[in-house]
Amino acid sequence: MTIDLKTVKHISKLSRISIEDEKAKKLTGDLNSIFEFIEKLNKLNTDKVEPLTSIAETTLKLRRDEVKSENIRDQILKNSPNENKDFFVVPKVVE
Amino acid sequence: MIDIISQSLTQLINNIKDKKVSSEEVTKSFIQRAEKSKKLNCYIAEDFENAINKAKKFDNKPNYDSKLPGIPIAVKDLFCTKNVKTTAGSKILSNFVPTYESTVTQNMWNEGAILLGKLNCDEFAMGSSNETSFFGNVQSPIDKNLVPGGSSGGSASAVAGQLTPITIGTDTGGSIRQPASFTGIVGLKPTYGSCSRYGIVAFASSLDQAGPMAQNVKDCALLQEVISTYDPKDSTSIDFKRSHYSKKLTNNIKGKKIGIPKEYRVDGMPKEIEDLWQKGINHVKECGAETIDISLPHTSYALPAYYIVAPAEASSNLARYDGVKYGFRVKGENLIDMYEKTRSEGFGAEVQRRIMIGTYVLSSGYYDAYYLKAQKVRKLIKNDFDEAYKKVDAILTPSTPSSAFKIGEKTNDPVSMYLNDIFTVPVNLAGLPGISIPAGHDSRGYPLGLQIIGKAFDEQNILNIAFAMEEKINFKNKITDWWIK
Repeated sequence: MTIDLKTVKHISKLSRISIEDEKAKKLTGDLNSIFEFIEKLNKLNTDKVEPLTSIAETTLKLRRDEVKSENIRDQILKNSPNENKDFFVVPKVVE
Repeated sequence: MIDIISQSLTQLINNIKDKKVSSEEVTKSFIQRAEKSKKLNCYIAEDFENAINKAKKFDNKPNYDSKLPGIPIAVKDLFCTKNVKTTAGSKILSNFVPTYESTVTQNMWNEGAILLGKLNCDEFAMGSSNETSFFGNVQSPIDKNLVPGGSSGGSASAVAGQLTPITIGTDTGGSIRQPASFTGIVGLKPTYGSCSRYGIVAFASSLDQAGPMAQNVKDCALLQEVISTYDPKDSTSIDFKRSHYSKKLTNNIKGKKIGIPKEYRVDGMPKEIEDLWQKGINHVKECGAETIDISLPHTSYALPAYYIVAPAEASSNLARYDGVKYGFRVKGENLIDMYEKTRSEGFGAEVQRRIMIGTYVLSSGYYDAYYLKAQKVRKLIKNDFDEAYKKVDAILTPSTPSSAFKIGEKTNDPVSMYLNDIFTVPVNLAGLPGISIPAGHDSRGYPLGLQIIGKAFDEQNILNIAFAMEEKINFKNKITDWWIK
């Protein structure tokens, strides 16, 4: 199987990472060599194998559903790249 | 006068308890060492002023009953530290200041330790040489222009170069054990679920574990005892009875059965690695343990399976970096354009590559062929270990297929870089504990490590075997301070 330039551009769209043509070409080469390596798995018959779904064989613990407010809205908003101090601000999404 | 920086953690603790040195003196010594060691590029963020203040506070009101009394420690920059910048080695988080503390670091501070600063690592822990960090590559204290390994490369260099008495790293496919092996130190990857993942920047959630990196096995056991706790904040944290690792540490491993897996004798492995392994086998026999040839038949499929599972989980985990709530943002014409430009400029090449691999293997029509297949292979790998552990108590292998390489040597060949982790990745896939200990030098004087793999939750046993071997090996790290001269 080979991954072509069109596929790389499609994956970049799905990944929400814009890439220009030159970078896409290099990535096509890289991804092909990586997938060539990954395809080794096809030599192995796994028809009767159950997939591993959890590495830790314990049941999940439940906890009480409690509100624990630390009142740190301002601290959290400080990490936002936009300066408006009351909200997270993004470009207009509704016409 | 005590030469503070060359002391082991255990020695420092005793000297502080005996009031031979103060926490302030110790802290200042490591800060001075760091100031002289900028060339290694170990630190992403220093917190020296606060560290000195905390040390003074400790000295004024010392609690000698705590396990890490007034000990300054620098940690990998993948652990969120409250009010101290945490970047994960990435441009996209270059301004991120967490409002919370990771559980494992909190456990250290609760026992009296003091944060020195945050150590360099591969971006989002994706790399085996510390060359993918946005903050530049780390130099190894072993030799100029040598990689320290990765992703916990800054941590490994800082311990080997005596910038911190001990540290913690994270290990998703070998990121503690491989750099430990490259720099001549001890590194433990605990059982999955042993150390809480709360507050650790996520890479691949079903594989990530935090663990200690130390100058010797005893120090390593002590820090593991501190950081390993059950934590309700991490739903995969496991509530098992944890051993008193440092107190129960013994070099008596008589009668232990140690497996030697034939599949780890890979093609093209240098003779010096082969010889090192044989030396290790001889050492455990001298200690009264028995070695048994075993087979882990699916070993060669571990790395390809890992390069499906880890990028798949990473692509999901890293979807949160969109330039909205924190970190770096590039303006766009609309929301989607903003996301795409932010992630294109904010992530480095290796991270983008892995997000794209992950996105592809999870995309419609490919899920069964890749992700499901990899999870089945993962089951087979785990079965291999389960089968082996019916006959043996632990498994001995080399840590890496070669010693450290030069900076830039493998950057253009991702697959050859990935092959570094061939002996460490199966352990993560099966969720087991593994420890790397320094065991010898190659012809150039670069360190080589051996790995001991244990049963799940059996850290005590592999620490004991490591402790017994350490005594026999009597390894001396060759640190010349080349970066200071």
